[in-house]
Parts: sequence; structure tokens; C-alpha cells
Amino acid sequence: MLREIRPAILILLLLTAITGLAYPLAMTAIAGAIFPKQAQGSLIEKDGKIIGSALIGQEFKDDKYFHGRPSATSAPDPADTTKTVSAPYNAANSGGSNLGPTSKALADRIKEDVEKLKAENPFAPVPVDLVTTSASGLDPDISPEGALFQVPRVAKARNLPEARVRQLVTEHIQGRMAGLLGEPSVNVLALNLALDEASK
Amino acid sequence: MTVIGWIQILLYCAIVVALVKPLGWYMTRVFSGERTFMSPILRPVETALYRIGGVDEKREQHWLTYTVAMLLFHVGGFLIIYGLMRLQALLPLNPAEQSAVAPDLSFNTAISFLTNTNWQNYGGESTLSYLTQMVGLTHQNFLSAATGIALAVAMIRGFSRSSMRTIGNFWVDVVRCTLYVLLPICIVYTLFLVWQGMPQTLGAYVEATTLEGAKQTIAVGPVASQVAIKMLGTNGGGFFNANAAHPFENPTALSNFVQMISIFALGAALTNVFGRTVGNQRQGWAILAVMGVLFIAGVAVTYWAEANGTATLNALGLTGGNMEGKEVRFGIVASSLFAVITTAASCGAVNAMHDSFTALGGMIPLINMQIGEIIVGGVGAGLYGMLLFVVLAIFVAGLMVGRTPEYVGKKIEAREVKMAMLAILVLPLMYLGWTAVAVVLPSAVASMANAGPHGFTEVLYAFTSATGNNGSAFGGLTGNTFFYNLTLASSMFVGRFFMIVPAMALAGSLAAKKSIPPSAGTLPTTGGLFVGLVVGVILIIGGLTFFPALALGPIVEHLAMNANTLF
Repeated sequence: MLREIRPAILILLLLTAITGLAYPLAMTAIAGAIFPKQAQGSLIEKDGKIIGSALIGQEFKDDKYFHGRPSATSAPDPADTTKTVSAPYNAANSGGSNLGPTSKALADRIKEDVEKLKAENPFAPVPVDLVTTSASGLDPDISPEGALFQVPRVAKARNLPEARVRQLVTEHIQGRMAGLLGEPSVNVLALNLALDEASK
Repeated sequence: MTVIGWIQILLYCAIVVALVKPLGWYMTRVFSGERTFMSPILRPVETALYRIGGVDEKREQHWLTYTVAMLLFHVGGFLIIYGLMRLQALLPLNPAEQSAVAPDLSFNTAISFLTNTNWQNYGGESTLSYLTQMVGLTHQNFLSAATGIALAVAMIRGFSRSSMRTIGNFWVDVVRCTLYVLLPICIVYTLFLVWQGMPQTLGAYVEATTLEGAKQTIAVGPVASQVAIKMLGTNGGGFFNANAAHPFENPTALSNFVQMISIFALGAALTNVFGRTVGNQRQGWAILAVMGVLFIAGVAVTYWAEANGTATLNALGLTGGNMEGKEVRFGIVASSLFAVITTAASCGAVNAMHDSFTALGGMIPLINMQIGEIIVGGVGAGLYGMLLFVVLAIFVAGLMVGRTPEYVGKKIEAREVKMAMLAILVLPLMYLGWTAVAVVLPSAVASMANAGPHGFTEVLYAFTSATGNNGSAFGGLTGNTFFYNLTLASSMFVGRFFMIVPAMALAGSLAAKKSIPPSAGTLPTTGGLFVGLVVGVILIIGGLTFFPALALGPIVEHLAMNANTLF
């Protein structure tokens, strides 16, 4: 049994060096060379400033922008670091609401959001993704129905014809991959950037 | 439920099954020490490792030595992770300036990665430095996976050998698994993931100014290299807190699909390694069939429950299923499928928050873990777990017909059945025992995020996941407390090693037996009857063990939900 102690130390250290250092560092170098944009986090620049990542949702509250899904992310409370406060789309602390199907807090929140959305657009059924928080709190997408639902509000706030805004939404619908995998979606940040362009 | 949803599920199953033979063929060669197409590059590295480590690759070990070597290997692994977490503030590659991790959380996380559980009481991007993620977690992802596979291979040798005292050499198995199986796949896989949008950088977190002018700090890091082995090795510990739901940890529907395949790939192929090694591939397919029956049943229930939504959503006229805690790019079907896969295997990565699943949708992941994660299972662990149930099923069949039970030419006798029962009974002892303790301790109850039966399910899920070395969670539970850090760590430890040691004892005793040729009285173990028998034994043992606990949690919650009761 004693003869197993030497490999227990040396094999461990060597495999640690290979899998814990050589492998991730080599992959960082290779991936950075082949896919530099993705490796850095698919960042989007506008006027020389980083405005976000194509993959990470951000908070939109203004009527003239399409809104993403509700986000349950939090941040440490500046007044008392043992507590947390709500901080939607905090991309340094991802997470979901973790509220279950019989949670009163969840039911109340959804009811309130549904009423707000019904007041905004009484003519369409409320899409479920607009009143439920995502798993990561950073969902960059909404469903096509979720985008079309917001068209009247955005068009009004921007003084654009609804048909024009609806056309932008349609152009931004990403179908299922190969017509099969995943669900159709609309990237909110990409859509809002296109909207800003169209309003110029 | 939609047609396109079921097509995705069937396509998934078809690809996993198609990979079984080629991967099984390759791994059989690797573990029998034959040359492979990668030997010209890897063989020199391999021999150098043996030379420096003082390993004689020709010298095989008795089961006890094999197990002791494995345990010693883990002592060092523990010290590396624990040390890194405690000292990370003083070490390089820490651009986000993470401070030292508290002792109880470090202890919990070290045990967690050692045991292939990867329970996340830590929040990756808010707690760990890049160095800890790489040298602590990525490396242990490799080694705990390689250990699991090595142990399964040792057990397979137990079945296939005749009158031998040894079951292989632990060091050779671990090194060959890491170099020839895990590392090459991970290199290609990492590049695929980066192509799909996963970050792989040592740069600091990005400060962005959003379109509306707010500040957003975006956590990045060497994500892809860790995620590749996290999925392939069924580890499941996230780089980010939200795990595979985070857009950086699972950017597209395609990355999600490939991640799901990689969870099952090696575990499913090990059934073929088993078949090849005992000389009849149909023995492997029969085991895979048992897994397949249980898997499809689980997927159907969870998919159905999630697509039906909750009483709250349906009362408000919201259609489209239960989207709370799910991502739009995956939707209902890919989230449900992922949840069943990750708990059937002992992966524990999540692409949706299980805590927000419907009562019945969330019960299937719980059951998957409670029957011991034997539906494909963790790499290696799933196969040796399943073989324990097979031993038991054969024993039950033997009692029914009054003959000494045999399996692949080995007589199953008192010692084997005792070892199998010991391993199988340890799991419920831990998860039911600690759950019972937690629900009577006010401080432990305070950790629940949801009231009513759902809160109970959170606690039951936590101990089940820890004992099963899964690592997924009903994440609302505040697990980072002194009580949970220590009790969950003890569950993970017992769940892993108290299963491994009896399993290895079983392997040793089988290897020492003579192989006997099948006779007219031998129960065929490749047909439908055998598959049905094993499924039945799993469901009966499982059902008797945890049905009462499920009745207090998800079942009563489902009834409450349908009666419009909120908590």
C-alpha cells in the first residue's frame, strides 16, 4: 500500500498541470486566435464604447424600447452586505427566482405583470415569457409573440408606423436551428439597436 | 406537447444510441491497453507519467489496493481545491479580486468536486477566481470523471475475469482515461462551444454601458474549457451561478443539444464496453434497454407536466407552458429533456431552474436521483450502480425458481448480494436521514425559499442530489450555511465512497470466481424478460424507499396546486 503514495502525489500533480493549466491555457490561446469575438464574450461596440454582449440580456424600461423578460437577479445590498437587493440583469450574479408552482409570491407577481401588460395592449393575449423570469435572469431573447405584443407601445413612443416596427420584429425572428432545435426567438438588444437605426 | 418537441427528443435518443458502439469500441481498446490512433502522440506522455510517478503499468492491483490508491488520490485532490479556495486572494489570475472563500464553503466545495457532485453552494462568477476555476475545478472535473470510469472498468473486469486476484491498475486506468478519452474530446468540444459563443478568456469582467445608459458588469472567463469537461464528465458544476442556463454557458439551441448528448455519451458507451469485455455485446444492450425504458418514461412525464403549465398561469389565460425559470431559446421541451437527462446521469448541470418546475415535472428529476442515478448515470458510477441492481434482480429471480443465480457466467452468492444491498441502502439512509433532521431544526427550515410542501421538497432534493453526487438543486434553498455545508458534504462523501467500496469488494470477489458456461437452467440476461425484471426491481426497491417522502413533497403539492392552494 505504501508504494501507492508516490503516484498519489506525483500523478496527481502532473495531471493537475496537464488538465488544470496546460489544457485551459492552450484552449484560451487557440480559441482566442480562431474565434476572437466569441472568446471575449461576443461584445457589441457602438461609437467606440462597449454597450453589452449579444448574448447577455440587459434591462429596458423606456417605452421606446422593446423590453426583455422580467429578471430575478440580485446584488449585495450596499447598506448591509449580508443581504441582497433586486438588481435586474446583473451579469455578474446570474440566477432565477426559484419560486415554485404553489408560491403565493410568484402568483401575485405574475398577476400584477399581466394586468400591466393588458393595460398596455388589450388586443392581444399576454405571452407567457413576458411575465415569467428566466432561469439565468440574463435571457437575451423574448418569443416572437412577446415582441409583436409590444409593437403598438414602441411605435407610439417613437412616432413610427406600426407596420414599420412590426416589419423590424419579423426581420429579427430567429427560427429554430435547422428548423428543428430550440424555439423561435427575438434578440431584444439586436432588435432595439435596429430600432434606433431606423428612427434616425 | 408538440410533434416537433417529440422529434427533438427522439433525435436525441437516436444520436446517443448511434454513439454507443463506436465509443464503446474505442474505450474497450483504451482500457485493455491496446494501441489506438492517438497512441503516436499520447503514448510518450503516458509513459513519462508512469516513469515520474513510479508506476509499473504491467503490475495489476488487488481490489483493496486499487481502492486504497483511489482514496489516496482523492486526499491530494481535496487539499488542492481547499487550498486554492482559501488562498485565492493571494494567488494570480484573479482579475475580479475575489476574496478567500470561507472554510465551511471551501470544505463543501472541495468534497463536492472530489465526489463528482459539483453541488453549487458557491456562485461561480461572484466567488471564485479564474485560477480556482481552472486548477481547482476544471482539473478535478477531469479526475473525478476519470476515477468513475476507472472504477466501472475495474468492476467490468470483475465480471469478465476468471479465478484472478487482481482487477487492473488504478493509476493506469486513470491516466489512460484522462489522456486518451477525456482530453482529446474536450479539446474539440471546447472549440465547438467557443464557436457557438462561449467565452474563453483570462481577461477581466467587462464593464458595459447599456443602451439605456445603465452600467452592466459582464462576467466572463475561461468558460468553454471547463464546460466541455463539466458535461462530458457528468460533473455539472457551473462556471456561472445559473449554470447551463446562463447564455455564456449555453449560448444556442445547438450548444444545448450537444451538451445534452455529451452528458450521456460516455455513460451509455460504457454499457457497450461491458458487453464487449464479457464477450457478448447483447449483455450491454440489455442494460442500456433498462435505462432507456426508465428514461423515456421520465421524459414523457416531465415534458407533459411542464407543457401543461401551472394553475396560476392557466387561470390567467397564459398559454405556452410553465416558462418561469426557463430560457426562451430552449423553451419547454429542451428544458424538460435537459432536466431529466442531467438527473438520470449524475451530471447536475441545469439549463432551467428545477425549483420553479411544476410539482410533477420536478418530481421526476428527484426520482431519477433517488433510484441511484443508474439511467446511464454518472460516467462509470451509473454503470456500477446499475450492475448492483442487476445483481439484486438476478438474486430475486434465483429465489423465485430456486436455483443459484448466475450473471454473465458468475455465480451470485451471499457475499455479492450483501455488498450490493449495502451500497443500495446507504443512499436512502443519507438523504432521508438528513432531510428528517433538517425539517425539525428551525435554523435549517429557515433556509427554505418556498413555503408549504415545496419547501420540504427543496430540502429533500438537496440531500438527494448531494447523496447521489448529482449537484443540481432546487436552488431557492439557501445551502451556504454552516449546517447545510457540513451535512451536504457528509452526504456527498458517504454517497460516493460508501457505494464505491462495496462495489469494488464485489468486483474483487467476482474476479476471484471461476467462470461457468451457461446451461439450460441459466436465466438469459439479454432478452425482454430480463429487462422487465430489472426495471421491476428498481421500481419496487425505489418505490418502497422514497414514496412516503415524495407523498409529503411533490405529490401533495400537485394536489394543492390543483385545488388552487397557494403558500
